[in-house]
Amino acid sequence: MTLAAATNENLAEISNILIYSAMAVYTLAFLAHIAEWVLGSRSKVGRTAAALTGTAPAAAVTVQVRGKQGGTAVLEKPKVVTRSAPGTRDVPDGPGAAGGTVQGDLYGRIAISLTVLAFAVHAGGVLTRALSVQRAPWGNMYEFSITFSSVLVGAYLVLLAAKKKVRWLGLPLVGTVLADLGVATTWLYTASDQLVPALDSYWLWIHVSTAIFCGAVFYLGAVGTLLYLFRDSYESKLARGDQPGAFATSVLDRLPSAASLDKFAYRVNAAIFPLWTFTIIAGAIWAGDAWGRYWGWDPKEVWSFITWAAYACYLHARATAGWKGRKAAVLALIAFACWLFNYYGVNIFVDGLHSYA
Amino acid sequence: MSTTETSGTTGTGETRAGTAQAEAGNEAETEAGAAQTGSGTEAASAQADTGAASAETGSSLSTAPQEELTGGPVLGVIGWARWFWRQLTSMRVALILLLMLALAAVPGSLIPQNSVDDLKVRAWQEKNESWTPLFEKLQLFDVYSSVWFSAIYILLFVSLIGCIVPRTWQFVGQLRSRPPAAPGRLGRMPAYTTWRTEAAPEEVREAALALLKRRRFRAHTVKDAVSAEKGYLREVGNLIFHVALIVMLVAFAVGQLFKSEGGKLIVEGDGFSNTLTHYDDFRSGSLYDTDDLVPFTFMLDEFTGTYETNGPQRGTPRTFEAAVTWSQPGGKDQKSVIEVNKPLVVDGTKVYLLAHGYAPVVTVRDGKGKVVFSGAVPLLPIDANITSQGSIKVMDGYRDKNGKKTQLGFKAFFVPTFAGHGNGNMFSTFPAPDFPVLALTGYTGSLGVDSGLPQNVYQLDTTEMKQFKDEKGDPLAERLLQGETMKLPDGAGSITFEKEIKEWASFQISQSPGNGWALAGAVAAVAGLVGSLFIQRRRVWVRAVRGDDGVTVVEMAGLGRSESPKLPEELADLALTLHERTPTAPEPPAISEPPAASGPPNDSDDRSDPVEVSAEGAEK
Ligand code: HEM
Repeated sequence: MTLAAATNENLAEISNILIYSAMAVYTLAFLAHIAEWVLGSRSKVGRTAAALTGTAPAAAVTVQVRGKQGGTAVLEKPKVVTRSAPGTRDVPDGPGAAGGTVQGDLYGRIAISLTVLAFAVHAGGVLTRALSVQRAPWGNMYEFSITFSSVLVGAYLVLLAAKKKVRWLGLPLVGTVLADLGVATTWLYTASDQLVPALDSYWLWIHVSTAIFCGAVFYLGAVGTLLYLFRDSYESKLARGDQPGAFATSVLDRLPSAASLDKFAYRVNAAIFPLWTFTIIAGAIWAGDAWGRYWGWDPKEVWSFITWAAYACYLHARATAGWKGRKAAVLALIAFACWLFNYYGVNIFVDGLHSYA
Repeated sequence: MSTTETSGTTGTGETRAGTAQAEAGNEAETEAGAAQTGSGTEAASAQADTGAASAETGSSLSTAPQEELTGGPVLGVIGWARWFWRQLTSMRVALILLLMLALAAVPGSLIPQNSVDDLKVRAWQEKNESWTPLFEKLQLFDVYSSVWFSAIYILLFVSLIGCIVPRTWQFVGQLRSRPPAAPGRLGRMPAYTTWRTEAAPEEVREAALALLKRRRFRAHTVKDAVSAEKGYLREVGNLIFHVALIVMLVAFAVGQLFKSEGGKLIVEGDGFSNTLTHYDDFRSGSLYDTDDLVPFTFMLDEFTGTYETNGPQRGTPRTFEAAVTWSQPGGKDQKSVIEVNKPLVVDGTKVYLLAHGYAPVVTVRDGKGKVVFSGAVPLLPIDANITSQGSIKVMDGYRDKNGKKTQLGFKAFFVPTFAGHGNGNMFSTFPAPDFPVLALTGYTGSLGVDSGLPQNVYQLDTTEMKQFKDEKGDPLAERLLQGETMKLPDGAGSITFEKEIKEWASFQISQSPGNGWALAGAVAAVAGLVGSLFIQRRRVWVRAVRGDDGVTVVEMAGLGRSESPKLPEELADLALTLHERTPTAPEPPAISEPPAASGPPNDSDDRSDPVEVSAEGAEK
C-alpha cells in the first residue's frame, strides 16, 4: 500500500516536471512564432489592397482536375470553375505569418516543430498524472486545465497534419496554451487525489472528455472568428479606400481572407455543435444516475445550456439574412465566452453540485 | 440582371449559392424558350425583393422559411393576426427568442434558487433583506418556473411548431416533385465545367443519368439536360432535430408535473415501505397523485463505506454501498446493492443513495435498572469526517426516583475516530469508526413533543427541561467509549453506549415519468443535428447539345444549398467519370474554346458565347 502510494507520488512528481518542461518548450515555440511574424513583416505587403483596388476582375478559382491516367489521346480534361457570388470580396488569402520570406518561414517551421515536441512532453505530463491518480485526468480544475490545453494543441496539430491551412493559428494558440498552463500550475494546482464516489462513473468519463474536446475545438473556432472580425474590418476599410494603420496592415494582410476565416470558424463550430449537444445529454444521464434528476438547473447545467443556446443562435444567425457576417461572428464569440465562463467562472464564482474543484 | 448584381453586395461568402441561383432564375425569366424551372419561380420573388432578401433566396433550395422583411401590417384584425403569426414563425424572431432564453437563464445561476437549495435562498434573503421583496416579485428565486421564463420558451416553441409544420409540407412537396430543370446558363452556377465530345447528346445524357442515379442522386432528364438532386436527408435531419426539441420539452414538462420525490433515512436492519406516511419528507409535481406510488418495500441490510487511509486525500470516500433486500407485493425477496451512481429501480421508481452516517446503539435505564429505551440513534454528520450530533429522547416509560412520570433527553455528539485523550476536542479525525467516542449530556423534564408543533427528531428542545448536574453543580457531560455507562445523579438512572454501532443511509425515492421520452428526444436530436449539419443538399445538371460544328458540347454545373467546399470536388469527380465515357473531342478550331477556361462569362460576351447560342438553337 505505502509502496503503491510512493510510486504514485513519484509519478505525480514526474508529471509536474513534464508539465514545466512542456511550458519551457512552448515558450521557445512562442518566441519562434514571434520571430516568424517579425521577419515576415519585412516582406512586401499590400496584396489585399491590390486585390481590392485593382481593376482586374476577381479571378475565379480554377480547379485543375487531375486525370487518373495520363493517356496521350486525351487532349483536354474538364476543368471545374467555381464562382463567387457578386458582392463578395474576392480577396486571396494572405501569405501567412512568414509573409513569404524564407527566414520567416524557417522560424515558422521551427515553431511548429517545437510545438510538436512540447505537445509530446505535455501529453506525457497528462498521462503520468492520470497514471498517478489511476483514473482519467480531469478530477479537478488543475487536471482539467492541463488536459484541455493538450487536447487543444492536439486538435491544431491534427488539422496541420491534415494539410489544412491553419498555420495562422500558431501564435495565438501557443500563447493561450502558455497562459492556461501558467494559471493551472500557479493557481489551480492540486496534489494528486482521488475522486469522491459521485464523480466516479463512466458517464463522467464520456461527459468530461467530450466537453474538453468540444472546448478545444470551440476555441479554434473562436480564434478564427476573432481574426475574421479584424480582417473583415481591414478589408472593408481598404474597399472603402481608407488606409489602415501600418501595424494592422502588416499583420492583417498576412492572414487568410475574411471569407476564409469566416468559413473556417463556421465549419469548426458547426461540426462540433452536435458533439456539444451530446456532451450535455451525457451529463444529464450522469446527473440522473448520481443525483436522481437529469436536469436540475444547477449552475453548471445552466451555463452548459446557455452555451448551447448561444451556439444554436449562431447557427441560426448564419442562415438568417441580416445576421450573417459580423453579427453572427459576435454571437459566436459570446457563445465561446459562455463556454469559458462555464469552465472557469462557475467553478470559481458560483457554487453548486458541480463545483468540485 | 442589374438587380442581382447590386443585390449581392450585402452578402458574405455564404450568399454564393443563393445569388447564383437567383441569377440563374433571372436568366430563365428573361431568356425566351428557357424551361420553366423551379428556380425560375424562386428567382421571380428574388427579383422583386430588395437587397438583403435576395441573398435569402438561397434557402429556397431547402424548405427554410422565407423571411418576410417587408411584411408590414395589413388592415384588419385578421391581417394583424397573420402579420403577428408570420413574425413569430420567422427565423429572425426565433433567433431573438433563443437569445432571450439564453439570457433569461443567467440570473438563475447567480441567485440561489428554491428548486435547487431553499436553505441557501433563505440565507441569501436574510443577508439582503432590502432586495428580497423586489426579487420575490420578479420571481428571481424561481427563475425556471417564473412567468417570464415560461413565456419566452412557450413563445419559442409555438414559433418552432409554426415553423416545422409548413416546412414539413413544403418538404413533402419537394419529395413528390422532381428536381427542377436546368437553368438557361449553367456557366453562372457556383461550380461549372464543360467539354466537347464526339459522343451523341443522347448518349451523354443517358450516361449522365445512369451515373447520377448510381451515385444515389434523384435524377431525370428534361429536354436537353439531366437534372439531379441529392442530400434530402439534410432537411429530414433538420426536421427531426426541431421535432425532437418539442418532444424533449414535452417530456420535461410531464416529468415536472407528475414527478414525486421523497427522502428517507434508514438504519441498518430497518425497512421502508413506499407509502406516503413512511417518508421523512415528500415533494411532488402539481399533477401528481399519491395513488401513483409504486408499492414496494425494502430493508437496509448493511451499509459499507471505505475511505482513503493515507496520502494527502486521507479520509476521501472511496466506496459507498448499501446492501438492500427488496420486494414487491406478492413477489420474492431480492437482494441489490445501491451505490451513489447506481440506483435501485423498481417499476420506474428509483431509489438513490444520498448520504450516510452512524447510529450508536444506546440503552437507557431508570433508577431501578429497568430498561426504558434501547436502540440505535441516528446522528447527523456535520463534517467530512462524520463528526455527528443529534439527540436521544425517552418519551415514555421513564419514572424518576420518586416514581413520577417524566421524560429524558440527551444531547449526543459522536466522533467515529477520536483524536485521543488529552488532545481530544470532540471532532473526528477520520470517517471510519476506528476510535468511536460518544459525548452525552442529559436533561429531564418535558420534551415538548405533545405541544402539537412538529419537532425535529435530531434536535432537543430544552425549554421545558432541566440539565443534570454533577456533584460540583456543573452540567453533567461525559465522553463514553463503547460499552461504558454514564450514571445520572441522584439515582436518576443511567445511559450505556453499547458495543454495537450501526450505520444509517438516507435514500431519495423518486419517480419521474417522461424520462424515456426525454432520452429518446435527445438521441433523435443529436442524430438529426448530425444529418442537418453534415449532409449537403446539392443539385447537379448535365446538359448535352450538338454544337454547330456537329460536335457535342457537354456542360455540367453544381449548386449547393449552403457553402459547400465539397461541391466542386464532387462535380469534378462526376465530370471525370462521365468524361471517361464521353472523352474530349480532338481540338476544334479556335472559336469553340470553352468559355469557362478563360474565367467566368460576363454579360458583355454572353451573346457571343458559342455554348449559349447552340443551346438555344437546340431548343428550336
Ligand atoms: C428551441 C429553439 C430552437 C433551437 C434550439 C434550434 C436549433 C437549431 C440548430 C442548432 C440549427 C442548426 C442546424 C443547421 O444549421 O442546419 C437549426 C437550424 C434551423 N432552424 Fe432552428 N432551432 C430552434 C427553433 C427554430 C425555429 C422556431 C425555427 C423557425 C422559424 C427554426 C428554423 C430553423 C431552420 C430553417 C434551420 C435550417 C437553417 C439552415 O438550413 O441552415 N428553428 N436550428
